[in-house]
Amino acid sequence: MSILVLAEHHNGVLADATAHVVAAARQIGGELHVLVVGEGVAAIAEAASKLDGVGRVLVADHANYAHLLAEPTAALMAQLADDYGHVLAAASTTGKNVLPRLAALKGVGQISEIIAVQGVDTFKRPIYAGNAIATVQSEDTLKVITVRATAFDAVAATQSDDGAAIEAIDFVADNDQSTFIEEQLAESDRPELGSAKVVISGGRGMGSRENFQLLERIADKLGAAIGASRAAVDAGFAPNDMQVGQTGKIVAPELYIAVGISGAIQHLAGMKDAKVIVAINKDEDAPIFQVADYGLVADLFEALPALERQL
Amino acid sequence: MKVLVAIKRVIDYNVKIRVKSDHSDVDLTNVKMAMNPFCEIAVEEAVRLKEKGVATEVVVVTIGPKAAQEQLRTALALGADRAIHVETDLRVESLGAARALAKIVEEQQPGLVILGKQAIDTDNNQTGQMLAALTGLPQGTFASEVAVEDGRLRVTREIDGGLETLELTLPAIVTTDLRLNEPRYAKLPDIMKAKKKPLEVRTPADLGVELASRIKLLKVEPPAERQAGIKVGSVDELIDKLKNEAKVIS
Repeated sequence: MSILVLAEHHNGVLADATAHVVAAARQIGGELHVLVVGEGVAAIAEAASKLDGVGRVLVADHANYAHLLAEPTAALMAQLADDYGHVLAAASTTGKNVLPRLAALKGVGQISEIIAVQGVDTFKRPIYAGNAIATVQSEDTLKVITVRATAFDAVAATQSDDGAAIEAIDFVADNDQSTFIEEQLAESDRPELGSAKVVISGGRGMGSRENFQLLERIADKLGAAIGASRAAVDAGFAPNDMQVGQTGKIVAPELYIAVGISGAIQHLAGMKDAKVIVAINKDEDAPIFQVADYGLVADLFEALPALERQL
Repeated sequence: MKVLVAIKRVIDYNVKIRVKSDHSDVDLTNVKMAMNPFCEIAVEEAVRLKEKGVATEVVVVTIGPKAAQEQLRTALALGADRAIHVETDLRVESLGAARALAKIVEEQQPGLVILGKQAIDTDNNQTGQMLAALTGLPQGTFASEVAVEDGRLRVTREIDGGLETLELTLPAIVTTDLRLNEPRYAKLPDIMKAKKKPLEVRTPADLGVELASRIKLLKVEPPAERQAGIKVGSVDELIDKLKNEAKVIS
C-alpha cells in the first residue's frame, strides 16, 4: 500500500519538517505521495516534488484550504485516504489538529508523535512526558500517524532536475463552520525553533520580558533560536510559540543552553534529546543539572554578559 | 447554553513514573492520581462562562474506572452542576472515548463542548478532534481565548508560529491550551456541596458503544537515561569545553 504525507508549510515555504516526515515514511516503505493543501501553493508543491523518495505530489489549491482549517482539510484527506495504507503528518499544531479528525472520519485510531518505525504497523512513541517509551501496534487497515520530526533525519533533495509528477486535486471541501479571522505570527530572522542547530532558552529565572534580550544577543552570535520554559511563557516573559516542553515544541539541537530553568519533567520532555546540554542556574540543586553535560552554577545576570563578550 | 466538559483521571503531574519490570505498562499501583491539568482548565473555562451568564448549565463527564468519580466530584466542587460517569475498566484509547462522548453529546445536546487538548499520561492530543469529527462539529483546538459573540464562537489558538483566531458556528468543540485560564482551587464548603450534586453512572453497553482499541500496547520501556555531566567553574571554562571537548561551537 502507498503512503500519503501531508506537507507542512508556512508563509509560502515548504517547512523542514516535511523532509523529516518523508524520512519516516521511507522507513515504513512503499510508494510515497506528498499532499500539499492550501491556497497559492504551487511553489510549495514544486519544492515537495524534489524531495528524495517522493513518487508524486498531490495539490489541493483552493481558497477553502487557506490556513489549513481542520474541517475542510480533514474532509479532503478523508476523500483521498482510501487509496493509502498510511497517512502521515508532522506532529505540529497543524498535524495534531487535522489528523485525529481525519482518523475519526475514517473510523480508525490515530498514533501520535512516533519516534521510531519498527515495522509497517508497529511504532515507538513517548508517553508520560517522555518518561516512558511505548511500542504500539495498529490493527487498523488505515494507519493515521503524526511524526516527531526531530526523531528522523531529513531526506535530502533529489539529485535529478526533474521532480516527481505534480497532480492537481479537484475536490473542494465545503466549509460553512469555521472562518479564519486573523493570525499574529512571530516575526524573526532567527532559525526555526524546531530545526535550529543551537537553542538558548530562558526560564522563570530570567525575571522579565526585557531580560530575554540578554538571550537574544547570545543567540545572534551563535545563530541560535530562542526558547522558553512554560513558567517563562506563563509569566509573560516570552510568547507561547517559544515554549519548549511536553506540550510545546520538541527540540533536538546540537547544543541546548538552558538559562534560569529549573528543569521540570515537562520541560525536559521537550529538550532532553539535544546532543549537548548546558545549564546555567544559580540553584545548584536544580534538576536541570541532572541532564546537563555542562552545568554552571552562577547568577545568570553575570554569566550571560560574560558569555556574550567571549563568544 | 449548556456546556459539556469531558475530563480524565490521570497520574498526578508531579509524580515521577516507574515502568513495570515486565515492561507491560507504567506502574500505577499506589500512585497519586488527579484530574488531568488541561481538563482542570476546561472545567474552569466552563464555570467562568456560567459566571458570565453565557452558560446556563455545566455538565462534566468522564470515562474510566469507578475511582474516576473522585475527579468528577472535584469538577463539581469547582462549579460544575452535574456529572456523568461512563464506567469501564478497559484501557480506553482516544477513538473509543470520542465515540462514548459523541453519544453523550447526542443525548445532552450541549451548545459547547470543552476538553483538555491532551492528557499527560498518553500524550495523544486526539479526543477533542475525534469528537468533532464524529459529531460533525467544528473544532477550536489549543485555545488560549474563547468568547461567545452573536451566537458564534471566537477562538484564539496557540499554533506553532504564534496565535490564530477563528470563528466557529455553534455547537462547537474546544480543546484547552495552558494559557486559557488559571484554574481556581476548590473551597471546603464547595467540596461538601459537591457530594450532594447529581452523578449519573452509565455503561458503554447502555450507550451502545464499543470501547475496545485497535491500537495494541505491546511494550513500555524506560527511556535511555541521560547521564549528568560535569560542573564547570566559570564562563571561560564553559566556552573552552564547548569549543574543544564537545566541539559544538567554533
